[in-house]
Parts: sequence; structure tokens; C-alpha cells
Amino acid sequence: MPDGGMPVLDVKDLKTVFLTRSGEVHAVNSVSFDLKAGELLGVVGESGSGKSVTMMSLIGLLPSPPAEVRDGSVLFNGEDLLAVKEERLRELRGARIGFVFQDPMTSLNPVFTVGYQIMEPLRKHMGLNRAEARVRACELLELVGIPDAKRRLGDYPHQFSGGMRQRVMIAIALACDPDVLIADEPTTALDVTIQAQILELMKELRQRLGMAVIWITHDLGVIAGIADRVIVMYGGQIVEQAPVKELFANPQHPYTRALLKTIPHITGARDEKLSVIEGQPPILADPPVACAFRARCLHRFDRCDRENPKRRGVGPSHDAACFWDPATGTPRNA
Amino acid sequence: MFTYTLRRLLLAIPTLLFISLIIFLLLDLAPGDPTANLPLTIPPEVKAKIRESLGLGQPIHIRYLLWLKQFLIAEPLHVMDYMFGTDWAMGMQRVISWQTRSPVADIIAQRMPQTLWVVGLSYVIGTLIALPIGIISAYRQYSWFDQIGTFVSMIGYSVPTFFTGVLLIVIFAVNLGWFPSIYDTTHVVTDWDSFLFQVRQMVMPVFVLALYNAAQISRYMRASMLDNLGQDYVRTARAKGMSEKVVVLIHVLRNSMIPVVTVIALGVPTIFGGAIITEQVFKVNGLGQLLITSIYANDIPMVQTLTFIFAVLIVLFNLVADILYGILDPRIRYD
Ligand SMILES: Nc1ncnc2c1ncn2[C@@H]1O[C@H](COP(=O)(O)OP(=O)(O)O)[C@@H](O)[C@H]1O
Ligand SMILES: [Mg+2]
Repeated sequence: MPDGGMPVLDVKDLKTVFLTRSGEVHAVNSVSFDLKAGELLGVVGESGSGKSVTMMSLIGLLPSPPAEVRDGSVLFNGEDLLAVKEERLRELRGARIGFVFQDPMTSLNPVFTVGYQIMEPLRKHMGLNRAEARVRACELLELVGIPDAKRRLGDYPHQFSGGMRQRVMIAIALACDPDVLIADEPTTALDVTIQAQILELMKELRQRLGMAVIWITHDLGVIAGIADRVIVMYGGQIVEQAPVKELFANPQHPYTRALLKTIPHITGARDEKLSVIEGQPPILADPPVACAFRARCLHRFDRCDRENPKRRGVGPSHDAACFWDPATGTPRNA
Repeated sequence: MFTYTLRRLLLAIPTLLFISLIIFLLLDLAPGDPTANLPLTIPPEVKAKIRESLGLGQPIHIRYLLWLKQFLIAEPLHVMDYMFGTDWAMGMQRVISWQTRSPVADIIAQRMPQTLWVVGLSYVIGTLIALPIGIISAYRQYSWFDQIGTFVSMIGYSVPTFFTGVLLIVIFAVNLGWFPSIYDTTHVVTDWDSFLFQVRQMVMPVFVLALYNAAQISRYMRASMLDNLGQDYVRTARAKGMSEKVVVLIHVLRNSMIPVVTVIALGVPTIFGGAIITEQVFKVNGLGQLLITSIYANDIPMVQTLTFIFAVLIVLFNLVADILYGILDPRIRYD
């Protein structure tokens, strides 16, 4: 599906800092990536690696204070979202860019009907009147596979199961036919069968509607099934970026390689035990001046302590931020 | 919801009967003699007669049943007779105040308006002030507005009303002479000037009580708003592109009001309790003052009736609070 067209989203050098009582926390450090129209971009990284903060920074969803987007640019269809007024962001949020969050149990307002919550963006962004919005809301519920849609519009969130609520969230995010859907670990809080259903639904919706999707997860297994391209985040930075097949076939960054090892295999030889990556992800009080992964890296050498590696091409549309070359088992030159 | 309400109302009957019994027994235990205030020149035989005429000679269960009959049957019938000009009561014995020898209900009816005006109005004003303060304080947590609000609430809540009341009297009535220091209950509003006078004499007692109420309710409102502002659904509302006004005043407020409305409803009976102390300070002769003077005078029927009415109101507004909760929160279903 990805083609060579202009990206809908082009993020350059994004930096987000939290100003906390105990000092600054550099949650996002010079993150750059782009998203092409209709593409599904997977974002992986363990919990705390800055995936959510990055995506929320794009569209001004972080509470400020404590968050501060320090630097960079976010071009959405050519318009810099970091430079526009709050009012303009509100026009785009929920209309051109839809969000689905992790926990469907708490993401819907408990005191309003599901119908009301779906109709809200329709009325605001598309200027529909109540009756028109109702019709469209009903269509949306059907689209995301909720049976008996018309009647269920009048139900409250607590009358839906977790999976159904996540479908409602997807319906809200897709209400105004957005160009980009950002799904932040949308299946993490669901059990496995429901997870699979939501994944199927997303694949199908993408075929039908053709929006670009950013799919955040800490589960590489999920990404393998749906993504066109993957970025791997660690310590608030992108450490590797590649088309999905390339990434799985030829992982370059030690962190990616470690992540891949943690996926349990169903077929083939059984490992003695599941691999885990030893250690904790860093909390950065200063902008990184050395490799963020070095404390947990098996291939660390002196340069890793002196310099923060930049991303550079390591294969066809594949880049990684590491001084070590897995092909030769030696440091890369230059 | 309807069957629930009905069930609760039915359940309230035994509860209230039990409460009335407890009140009756407690007051019976209390030391004191209704004839103690009579002049000493009255001979003991006459005193004994008076005591008998007050019904004090009978055993306690007879007196309790008699009181129940008077309170639950005779009084309502008299009220009906008064309202519709009928004659259902047929001279049935009413609950009589020992102190004034007139029916307790009549005295309460006389005192009610003062309390409703002063204490009720202060409750309404206090609530109306408290809600926006709570909302803004929470939305701008730790801003100077919030800091001042917190400070004033702490003062309003912790400084007793007899102190603020007296302080206001000293400053505004004695030194500045802006407001009268004593509430004149005989004052009748007939024209613009007398209306202004009424407003002026209400300002201080209403302010004192409103400050206290506002302090309390604004704290609840703030805490409830803060609870909700951090919820995930707020982020969802923002992600939908809703304006801050909609996010705060529709999504968050609607959720935050649920516990606050309950607190407000539960506080209503205290209005009728009359802010006892404040009524004393400003000499408002409302229900609170009535209760105090009746206690001093050992006027047991009056104390009994007032206490029981408070009990009824408390039970009733507990029910009201629960019903409101059920209406406001769709997750609560009683049936
Ligand atoms: N409100 C906050 N205050 C301070 N630090 C925060 C806050 N929210 C997030 N962070 C920091 O940002 C980092 C990245 O968080 P996040 O993007 O939520 O991770 P994830 O990849 O699991 O989505 C966290 O490790 C945390 O240190
Ligand atoms: Mg996250």
C-alpha cells in the first residue's frame, strides 16, 4: 500500500520535556519519522519508551504544564502543527486525526450515552444536525461491527463489554473520516481473542477507508501481522526504522534484536525459557549524550559512552542508530 | 426507580418510629422538671396537679403512644382543618408546648419563615458561590485563585460562626453602622424602603452562614473536579477536538456533580435545624433559637417535635440524595 507520495505526516526533531518537581524528564528526544497516506506504521518499544508521549505531542494532547514540546516540527499535510493556534489543533483533532487509547474501560465518559459521544465530533466538525448525526453514528457503529446499532446508541458505556467499548472508541476516532488514525496500544487491555477481533476489524477498516494508521504496541507479534513499516523506540528516541519484512528478517539494533527474541515461538525448537531484556529503560534527566541503550547492551564499547548514535541507512529504506554492525560483529566505520 | 422510592419510603416508617421512640426515651431520661420554672409561691399540691395535667403521671409507654397519636393523627387533621375549613379533628388533643401552652405546630409555623429566609437563603447563596469556585480552583490547580480559595475556605470552615458573626457585628454594625446588629423579626416588607431594610438586616447572618456553607461545598466540588480532570475520558474528549469549555463544563462537570449533589442534598436538613448558633448571635428567632429556648425551659413536647422533624428531614433527604445519585449516574440502577 505505501507509495512514494507526499507524507501526510512529517515529524522532524521532536523534543518533549516534562517539567517535574525533581527536574526535567526528557521523554522524547529528537524524534523524526514520516507517515505516508494509507500506510500502517507500527511503533514498538517497551513501556516507558516514549511512544504515547510522542504521539500526544504531535497534536497538543499533553497537559502543559508539566509537558513542554521544546523543538522540532510536525507537518500535517504541509501545515506545522507545532506552530498553529490551539483552535486550529482542535479543528484537526477528532476530524482529520483520530485517536484510540489503550484502556476502553475508562476512555469513554460514563455518564453520556455512546450515541452522544459518537455524535459529538460529528456535530462539531462536520456541522451535522442532531438527526443527521444520529444516522451517521448508527452507520459508524455498524461499521465497527456492533450488532443492533440503532438501539445501542442509547446505551451507556458500562453496558458494553471491553471489546465493544474499544469498537466504540474506533467508531469515534473514525467518525469524521480522518486522514490519520493513531491507535495507542488499542488491544493491550483486551484479552487475546478480543485482541484478534479488533486487529481483524482494523485491517478491514483500513482496506475500506484507506486512512493512514499509526499503531502503537509493545508487542512485535501484533505488528508483524498488520504493519507496512515499523519504528522501534527506546529511551524517547527512534533506534531503528524499516519495512516490516526487512525488520524481522534483518534487525540491526541490539534492542530490536533483543525484542525479537522475546517473542515466543509457536513452531520450531522450544527455548529453555522466554528471553527477557535485562535491566530497566532509562529515565532521562538530561538530553542524551551517549547511547541510551548502552547499559543493557551486549555489544557496548567505548564509543557508545561518548556519543549518541544517529540513525543512518543500513539497508533498503532501513536505518538504525547503532555503532555496532551485526553482520560483521564489529563496530561500523565512521 | 419508582418501586425503589416506594420501598425506601415504606422502609422509612419503621426507622422513624424507632427514632421517635429513642428521642422519647432520651428526653424522658433527661433530668429537669417542667414545673421548675414556676414561681416558688405555688404550693406543692398545685404543682403536682399541674404536672398531672401535663400528662406526666402516666407510665412511659402510655405517654409515648399518646404522643404518637397526637403527632401523627391529631396534628395532621388540624392542619387539614385549617387549610380546608373542615372539622375532622373534632377537638382532638394536639401536641401542646408546656412553655407557652399553645400548639407546638403553630409556634413552629411562626418560626419557620425566619429560618427559611436566613438560613435557607445562605445555603442557596453558599452553594451558588461554591460551585464556580470549586470548578475554577480545580481547573487552575495551584494558581493564585486556587491558593486564595483554599485559604478562604480553610478560614470559613475552621473559624466558628459565633466568632465570624460577632466579628462582623463589631465591625459593620458597631463601628461602621452599616447594618443592624439585631435581626428584627417583626419587620414587615411593605415598600421599597422596608425591603431595603430587610435586605440590610439579612446581609450579615446570611454572609456568615453562606461563607461556612460555601467553604465546605467548594472543597467538595474542587476535589471531585480534580478526581475527574485526570480521567482518561477527559483526554478522549480533547482528542475529539472538543473545546475546553465543553470538556470542563460538560464532560468533567457532569461527572463531578454526582457526589457534590449528594452532599448538597444531605445538607438541606441542617437548614431546618436552623444554624442554631448563628440564630443566637444575630437574634433571629427561627427554629434553631426555638430549640435552644425550649431546651432551657424543659419544654419536652416542643423539643421532641423539633427533634423528630429533623429526623424525618434527615431520613427524607438521604432518600432524595440516593434518588438524585441514581438519576445522575447511569451506572446506578436501583430496580
Ligand atoms: N506526566 C508525566 N510527568 C513526567 N514524566 C512523564 C509523564 N508522562 C510520561 N512521562 C515520561 O515519559 C516517558 C515515556 O512515557 P510514555 O510515552 O507514556 O511511554 P510508552 O512508550 O509506554 O507509551 C516515561 O518513561 C516517563 O518518564
Ligand atoms: Mg503508552
